[in-house]
Amino acid sequence: MHELSIAMSLIEAACEEVSRLGDVRVEALHLRLGALSGVVREALEFSFDLAAAGTAIEGARLQIEEIPVAVLCPRCGEERELPSLQHFRCPVCDTPAPDVVRGRELELTALEVSEIPENAVQDR
Amino acid sequence: MQSRIVEVRQGILKKNDLLARDLRQRFAAADLFVVNLVSSPGAGKTTFLQATLTSLRARCRVAALVGDLATERDAERLKQSGAPVRQIVTGTVCHLEAEMVGSALADWDLAALDFLFIENVGNLVCPASYDLGENLRVVLLSVTEGEDKPLKYPTIFSGADLAILTKMDLAEAVGFDRDEALHNIQEVRPGLEVLETSARSGLGMEGWLEKLARSRAIS
Repeated sequence: MHELSIAMSLIEAACEEVSRLGDVRVEALHLRLGALSGVVREALEFSFDLAAAGTAIEGARLQIEEIPVAVLCPRCGEERELPSLQHFRCPVCDTPAPDVVRGRELELTALEVSEIPENAVQDR
Repeated sequence: MQSRIVEVRQGILKKNDLLARDLRQRFAAADLFVVNLVSSPGAGKTTFLQATLTSLRARCRVAALVGDLATERDAERLKQSGAPVRQIVTGTVCHLEAEMVGSALADWDLAALDFLFIENVGNLVCPASYDLGENLRVVLLSVTEGEDKPLKYPTIFSGADLAILTKMDLAEAVGFDRDEALHNIQEVRPGLEVLETSARSGLGMEGWLEKLARSRAIS
Protein backbone atom coordinates (compact mmCIF):
# COMPACT_ATOMS: atom_id res chain seq x y z
CA MET A 1 0.00 0.00 0.00
CA HIS A 2 1.58 3.26 -1.10
CA GLU A 3 -1.42 5.51 -0.54
CA LEU A 4 0.13 7.05 2.57
CA SER A 5 3.08 8.20 0.42
CA ILE A 6 0.59 9.51 -2.14
CA ALA A 7 -1.42 11.28 0.57
CA MET A 8 1.76 12.93 1.86
CA SER A 9 2.69 14.12 -1.63
CA LEU A 10 -0.83 15.45 -1.99
CA ILE A 11 -0.66 17.36 1.31
CA GLU A 12 2.74 18.76 0.35
CA ALA A 13 1.40 20.02 -3.00
CA ALA A 14 -1.69 21.50 -1.35
CA CYS A 15 0.25 23.18 1.46
CA GLU A 16 2.54 24.85 -1.06
CA GLU A 17 -0.50 26.27 -2.78
CA VAL A 18 -2.08 27.39 0.51
CA SER A 19 1.06 29.27 1.49
CA ARG A 20 0.59 31.38 -1.64
CA LEU A 21 -3.05 32.14 -0.79
CA GLY A 22 -2.46 33.76 2.58
CA ASP A 23 -4.81 33.26 5.51
CA VAL A 24 -7.39 30.83 4.26
CA ARG A 25 -9.06 27.79 5.66
CA VAL A 26 -8.98 24.81 3.32
CA GLU A 27 -12.46 23.29 3.18
CA ALA A 28 -11.76 20.68 0.53
CA LEU A 29 -9.24 19.27 -1.90
CA HIS A 30 -10.53 18.28 -5.31
CA LEU A 31 -8.78 15.35 -6.96
CA ARG A 32 -9.01 13.48 -10.20
CA LEU A 33 -8.19 9.83 -9.78
CA GLY A 34 -7.86 7.65 -12.87
CA ALA A 35 -8.74 3.98 -12.76
CA LEU A 36 -5.18 3.29 -14.01
CA SER A 37 -3.46 5.62 -11.54
CA GLY A 38 -2.52 2.69 -9.35
CA VAL A 39 -4.14 4.33 -6.35
CA VAL A 40 -7.00 2.80 -4.38
CA ARG A 41 -9.56 5.40 -3.46
CA GLU A 42 -10.50 3.93 -0.07
CA ALA A 43 -6.87 3.56 0.98
CA LEU A 44 -6.15 7.15 -0.04
CA GLU A 45 -9.16 8.42 1.93
CA PHE A 46 -8.02 6.40 4.91
CA SER A 47 -4.47 7.80 4.70
CA PHE A 48 -5.52 11.37 4.03
CA ASP A 49 -6.65 12.39 7.53
CA LEU A 50 -3.54 10.82 9.00
CA ALA A 51 -1.26 12.70 6.61
CA ALA A 52 -3.17 15.97 7.02
CA ALA A 53 -2.95 16.06 10.81
CA GLY A 54 -0.98 19.06 12.03
CA THR A 55 -0.77 20.68 8.59
CA ALA A 56 -2.63 23.63 7.03
CA ILE A 57 -4.91 21.07 5.39
CA GLU A 58 -6.09 19.42 8.59
CA GLY A 59 -9.87 19.06 8.66
CA ALA A 60 -10.31 19.48 4.90
CA ARG A 61 -12.55 17.14 2.91
CA LEU A 62 -11.25 15.04 0.08
CA GLN A 63 -13.47 15.29 -2.96
CA ILE A 64 -12.51 12.66 -5.50
CA GLU A 65 -13.64 12.51 -9.09
CA GLU A 66 -13.01 9.04 -10.46
CA ILE A 67 -11.92 8.95 -14.09
CA PRO A 68 -12.71 5.78 -16.00
CA VAL A 69 -10.24 4.53 -18.58
CA ALA A 70 -10.84 5.70 -22.13
CA VAL A 71 -8.97 4.34 -25.14
CA LEU A 72 -8.73 5.40 -28.74
CA CYS A 73 -10.19 2.64 -30.87
CA PRO A 74 -7.84 2.17 -33.84
CA ARG A 75 -10.73 0.89 -35.95
CA CYS A 76 -13.59 3.27 -35.09
CA GLY A 77 -11.19 6.19 -34.58
CA GLU A 78 -13.31 7.14 -31.57
CA GLU A 79 -12.59 7.53 -27.87
CA ARG A 80 -14.27 4.74 -25.97
CA GLU A 81 -14.70 4.28 -22.26
CA LEU A 82 -13.69 0.82 -21.07
CA PRO A 83 -16.20 -1.02 -18.91
CA SER A 84 -13.40 -3.22 -17.52
CA LEU A 85 -9.66 -2.95 -16.98
CA GLN A 86 -9.36 -6.62 -17.91
CA HIS A 87 -10.21 -6.08 -21.57
CA PHE A 88 -8.50 -3.32 -23.49
CA ARG A 89 -10.81 -3.71 -26.44
CA CYS A 90 -13.21 -1.32 -28.07
CA PRO A 91 -16.60 -1.98 -26.42
CA VAL A 92 -18.28 -1.34 -29.78
CA CYS A 93 -16.22 -3.30 -32.34
CA ASP A 94 -14.05 -5.50 -30.02
CA THR A 95 -10.77 -4.36 -31.63
CA PRO A 96 -7.77 -4.41 -29.24
CA ALA A 97 -7.11 -0.81 -28.17
CA PRO A 98 -3.80 -0.12 -26.41
CA ASP A 99 -3.86 3.69 -26.61
CA VAL A 100 -5.03 5.08 -23.29
CA VAL A 101 -6.32 8.64 -23.61
CA ARG A 102 -7.71 8.98 -20.07
CA GLY A 103 -7.54 7.12 -16.80
CA ARG A 104 -3.98 7.63 -15.54
CA GLU A 105 -4.83 10.91 -13.75
CA LEU A 106 -3.53 11.46 -10.24
CA GLU A 107 -4.08 15.13 -9.97
CA LEU A 108 -4.95 17.86 -7.50
CA THR A 109 -7.33 20.00 -9.53
CA ALA A 110 -8.52 22.62 -7.04
CA LEU A 111 -8.67 23.81 -3.47
CA GLU A 112 -11.90 24.93 -1.88
CA VAL A 113 -10.99 27.66 0.59
CA SER A 114 -12.70 30.22 2.79
CA GLU A 115 -11.17 33.40 4.14
CA ILE A 116 -10.39 33.45 7.83
CA PRO A 117 -11.86 36.61 9.46
CA GLU A 118 -9.09 38.87 10.75
CA ASN A 119 -10.06 38.60 14.41
CA ALA A 120 -9.88 34.83 14.14
CA VAL A 121 -6.36 34.84 12.77
CA GLN A 122 -4.96 35.83 16.15
CA ASP A 123 -6.59 32.86 17.80
CA ARG A 124 -4.76 30.37 15.60
CA MET B 1 -18.95 31.75 5.30
CA GLN B 2 -18.57 31.78 1.53
CA SER B 3 -15.96 29.44 0.17
CA ARG B 4 -14.27 29.78 -3.18
CA ILE B 5 -12.56 27.40 -5.54
CA VAL B 6 -8.91 27.93 -6.40
CA GLU B 7 -7.81 26.00 -9.47
CA VAL B 8 -4.53 24.16 -9.03
CA ARG B 9 -4.28 21.39 -11.64
CA GLN B 10 -1.11 19.74 -10.48
CA GLY B 11 0.03 16.15 -10.60
CA ILE B 12 0.17 14.76 -7.08
CA LEU B 13 3.42 13.03 -7.93
CA LYS B 14 4.78 16.16 -9.60
CA LYS B 15 7.85 16.15 -7.35
CA ASN B 16 8.68 12.57 -8.33
CA ASP B 17 7.91 13.27 -11.98
CA LEU B 18 10.24 16.30 -12.03
CA LEU B 19 13.03 14.32 -10.37
CA ALA B 20 12.45 11.49 -12.86
CA ARG B 21 12.68 13.98 -15.72
CA ASP B 22 16.01 15.25 -14.38
CA LEU B 23 17.27 11.69 -14.06
CA ARG B 24 16.16 10.92 -17.61
CA GLN B 25 18.15 13.92 -18.84
CA ARG B 26 21.22 12.83 -16.86
CA PHE B 27 20.94 9.32 -18.28
CA ALA B 28 20.61 10.64 -21.83
CA ALA B 29 23.57 12.99 -21.39
CA ALA B 30 25.68 10.05 -20.19
CA ASP B 31 24.41 7.85 -23.05
CA LEU B 32 23.20 5.40 -20.43
CA PHE B 33 20.27 3.03 -21.01
CA VAL B 34 18.20 2.37 -17.89
CA VAL B 35 15.88 -0.56 -17.26
CA ASN B 36 13.35 -0.71 -14.42
CA LEU B 37 12.44 -4.30 -13.49
CA VAL B 38 9.12 -4.78 -11.71
CA SER B 39 7.35 -7.94 -10.57
CA SER B 40 5.73 -9.58 -7.60
CA PRO B 41 8.04 -10.90 -4.86
CA GLY B 42 9.57 -14.20 -5.89
CA ALA B 43 9.06 -13.85 -9.64
CA GLY B 44 12.78 -14.29 -10.16
CA LYS B 45 13.98 -10.73 -10.74
CA THR B 46 17.26 -11.21 -8.94
CA THR B 47 18.16 -14.49 -10.63
CA PHE B 48 17.17 -13.07 -14.00
CA LEU B 49 19.19 -9.92 -13.38
CA GLN B 50 22.20 -11.87 -12.11
CA ALA B 51 22.26 -13.88 -15.35
CA THR B 52 21.77 -10.69 -17.38
CA LEU B 53 24.62 -8.85 -15.65
CA THR B 54 26.95 -11.83 -15.96
CA SER B 55 26.36 -12.15 -19.72
CA LEU B 56 26.31 -8.46 -20.51
CA ARG B 57 29.47 -7.73 -18.56
CA ALA B 58 31.50 -9.52 -21.22
CA ARG B 59 30.30 -7.05 -23.86
CA CYS B 60 29.61 -3.75 -22.11
CA ARG B 61 29.67 -1.74 -18.92
CA VAL B 62 26.77 -2.57 -16.63
CA ALA B 63 25.62 -1.78 -13.09
CA ALA B 64 22.57 -2.34 -10.92
CA LEU B 65 20.54 -0.79 -8.14
CA VAL B 66 18.30 -3.06 -6.14
CA GLY B 67 15.43 -2.01 -3.89
CA ASP B 68 14.18 -4.06 -0.96
CA LEU B 69 12.32 -3.33 2.25
CA ALA B 70 15.14 -4.91 4.24
CA THR B 71 18.49 -6.69 3.93
CA GLU B 72 21.31 -6.40 1.42
CA ARG B 73 20.99 -10.00 0.31
CA ASP B 74 19.98 -9.22 -3.27
CA ALA B 75 22.87 -6.81 -3.74
CA GLU B 76 25.24 -9.47 -2.47
CA ARG B 77 23.84 -11.99 -4.94
CA LEU B 78 24.03 -9.54 -7.83
CA LYS B 79 27.61 -8.58 -6.96
CA GLN B 80 28.64 -12.15 -7.76
CA SER B 81 28.23 -11.12 -11.40
CA GLY B 82 31.20 -8.80 -10.91
CA ALA B 83 29.17 -5.71 -11.81
CA PRO B 84 28.93 -2.70 -9.48
CA VAL B 85 25.75 -3.04 -7.44
CA ARG B 86 24.16 -0.85 -4.81
CA GLN B 87 21.31 -1.79 -2.51
CA ILE B 88 18.54 0.66 -1.69
CA VAL B 89 16.90 -0.36 1.58
CA THR B 90 13.51 1.31 1.62
CA GLY B 91 12.49 0.44 5.18
CA THR B 92 8.71 0.53 5.05
CA VAL B 93 8.33 1.96 1.56
CA CYS B 94 6.94 -0.59 -0.87
CA HIS B 95 8.37 0.87 -4.10
CA LEU B 96 11.33 2.88 -5.37
CA GLU B 97 10.97 6.61 -6.01
CA ALA B 98 13.04 8.85 -8.26
CA GLU B 99 14.59 10.54 -5.24
CA MET B 100 15.95 7.23 -3.90
CA VAL B 101 17.46 6.43 -7.29
CA GLY B 102 18.98 9.92 -7.54
CA SER B 103 20.59 9.63 -4.08
CA ALA B 104 21.90 6.13 -4.76
CA LEU B 105 23.54 7.34 -7.98
CA ALA B 106 24.85 10.63 -6.62
CA ASP B 107 28.53 9.64 -6.62
CA TRP B 108 28.45 7.33 -9.65
CA ASP B 109 30.06 8.28 -12.93
CA LEU B 110 27.16 7.50 -15.24
CA ALA B 111 29.20 8.15 -18.36
CA ALA B 112 31.31 5.12 -17.44
CA LEU B 113 28.26 2.85 -17.89
CA ASP B 114 26.24 1.55 -20.83
CA PHE B 115 23.38 -0.12 -18.97
CA LEU B 116 21.90 0.44 -15.54
CA PHE B 117 19.34 -2.02 -14.19
CA ILE B 118 17.04 -0.99 -11.37
CA GLU B 119 15.43 -3.92 -9.59
CA ASN B 120 12.34 -2.47 -7.99
CA VAL B 121 10.80 -3.67 -4.73
CA GLY B 122 8.84 -6.87 -5.35
CA ASN B 123 5.31 -5.53 -5.66
CA LEU B 124 2.86 -5.49 -8.56
CA VAL B 125 0.90 -2.46 -7.36
CA CYS B 126 2.84 0.50 -6.02
CA PRO B 127 5.87 0.70 -8.37
CA ALA B 128 3.42 1.36 -11.22
CA SER B 129 2.86 4.94 -10.03
CA TYR B 130 6.51 6.01 -9.85
CA ASP B 131 8.58 7.03 -12.85
CA LEU B 132 12.29 6.44 -12.16
CA GLY B 133 13.52 8.09 -15.34
CA GLU B 134 14.04 4.70 -16.98
CA ASN B 135 14.12 4.04 -20.72
CA LEU B 136 12.47 0.64 -20.46
CA ARG B 137 10.01 -0.65 -17.89
CA VAL B 138 9.95 -4.43 -17.83
CA VAL B 139 7.36 -6.46 -15.96
CA LEU B 140 8.34 -10.03 -15.07
CA LEU B 141 5.84 -12.81 -14.56
CA SER B 142 6.95 -16.26 -13.44
CA VAL B 143 5.21 -19.41 -14.60
CA THR B 144 4.67 -20.42 -10.97
CA GLU B 145 2.43 -17.41 -10.29
CA GLY B 146 -0.52 -18.39 -12.42
CA GLU B 147 -1.77 -17.17 -15.76
CA ASP B 148 -4.28 -14.68 -14.39
CA LYS B 149 -1.83 -12.24 -12.80
CA PRO B 150 -2.11 -9.78 -15.71
CA LEU B 151 -5.88 -9.59 -15.20
CA LYS B 152 -5.46 -9.06 -11.48
CA TYR B 153 -2.82 -6.34 -11.85
CA PRO B 154 -3.70 -4.58 -15.11
CA THR B 155 -2.14 -1.25 -14.10
CA ILE B 156 1.43 -2.53 -13.90
CA PHE B 157 1.09 -4.37 -17.23
CA SER B 158 -0.53 -1.36 -18.81
CA GLY B 159 2.47 0.81 -17.93
CA ALA B 160 5.12 -1.69 -19.06
CA ASP B 161 7.19 -1.56 -22.25
CA LEU B 162 8.03 -5.26 -22.24
CA ALA B 163 6.86 -8.40 -20.41
CA ILE B 164 9.15 -11.29 -19.54
CA LEU B 165 7.96 -14.73 -18.57
CA THR B 166 10.50 -16.22 -16.16
CA LYS B 167 11.21 -19.76 -14.92
CA MET B 168 10.03 -21.27 -18.21
CA ASP B 169 12.05 -24.39 -17.32
CA LEU B 170 9.37 -25.06 -14.68
CA ALA B 171 6.41 -24.47 -16.99
CA GLU B 172 5.57 -28.10 -17.53
CA ALA B 173 6.07 -29.11 -13.91
CA VAL B 174 3.61 -26.49 -12.66
CA GLY B 175 1.10 -26.97 -15.50
CA PHE B 176 1.60 -23.45 -16.83
CA ASP B 177 -0.92 -22.58 -19.53
CA ARG B 178 1.25 -20.52 -21.84
CA ASP B 179 -1.50 -19.57 -24.31
CA GLU B 180 -3.75 -18.38 -21.51
CA ALA B 181 -0.98 -16.25 -19.98
CA LEU B 182 -0.09 -14.68 -23.34
CA HIS B 183 -3.78 -14.05 -24.03
CA ASN B 184 -4.27 -12.35 -20.66
CA ILE B 185 -1.25 -10.11 -21.19
CA GLN B 186 -2.64 -9.02 -24.56
CA GLU B 187 -6.07 -8.39 -23.01
CA VAL B 188 -4.68 -5.81 -20.58
CA ARG B 189 -1.95 -4.44 -22.83
CA PRO B 190 -2.59 -5.14 -26.52
CA GLY B 191 0.61 -5.33 -28.54
CA LEU B 192 2.95 -5.73 -25.57
CA GLU B 193 6.07 -7.65 -26.56
CA VAL B 194 6.61 -10.78 -24.46
CA LEU B 195 9.85 -12.74 -24.06
CA GLU B 196 9.90 -16.27 -22.64
CA THR B 197 12.96 -16.99 -20.55
CA SER B 198 14.66 -19.16 -18.01
CA ALA B 199 17.72 -17.73 -16.31
CA ARG B 200 18.57 -21.21 -15.09
CA SER B 201 18.50 -23.03 -18.44
CA GLY B 202 19.46 -19.98 -20.47
CA LEU B 203 16.29 -20.18 -22.59
CA GLY B 204 15.45 -16.88 -24.23
CA MET B 205 18.30 -15.01 -22.57
CA GLU B 206 20.12 -14.31 -25.82
CA GLY B 207 16.90 -12.83 -27.26
CA TRP B 208 16.62 -10.60 -24.21
CA LEU B 209 20.19 -9.34 -24.60
CA GLU B 210 19.50 -8.62 -28.27
CA LYS B 211 16.34 -6.76 -27.30
CA LEU B 212 18.40 -4.63 -24.89
CA ALA B 213 20.98 -3.84 -27.55
CA ARG B 214 18.25 -2.90 -30.06
CA SER B 215 16.40 -0.74 -27.54
CA ARG B 216 19.58 1.05 -26.57
CA ALA B 217 20.45 1.68 -30.21
CA ILE B 218 17.14 3.43 -30.90
CA SER B 219 16.87 5.32 -27.60
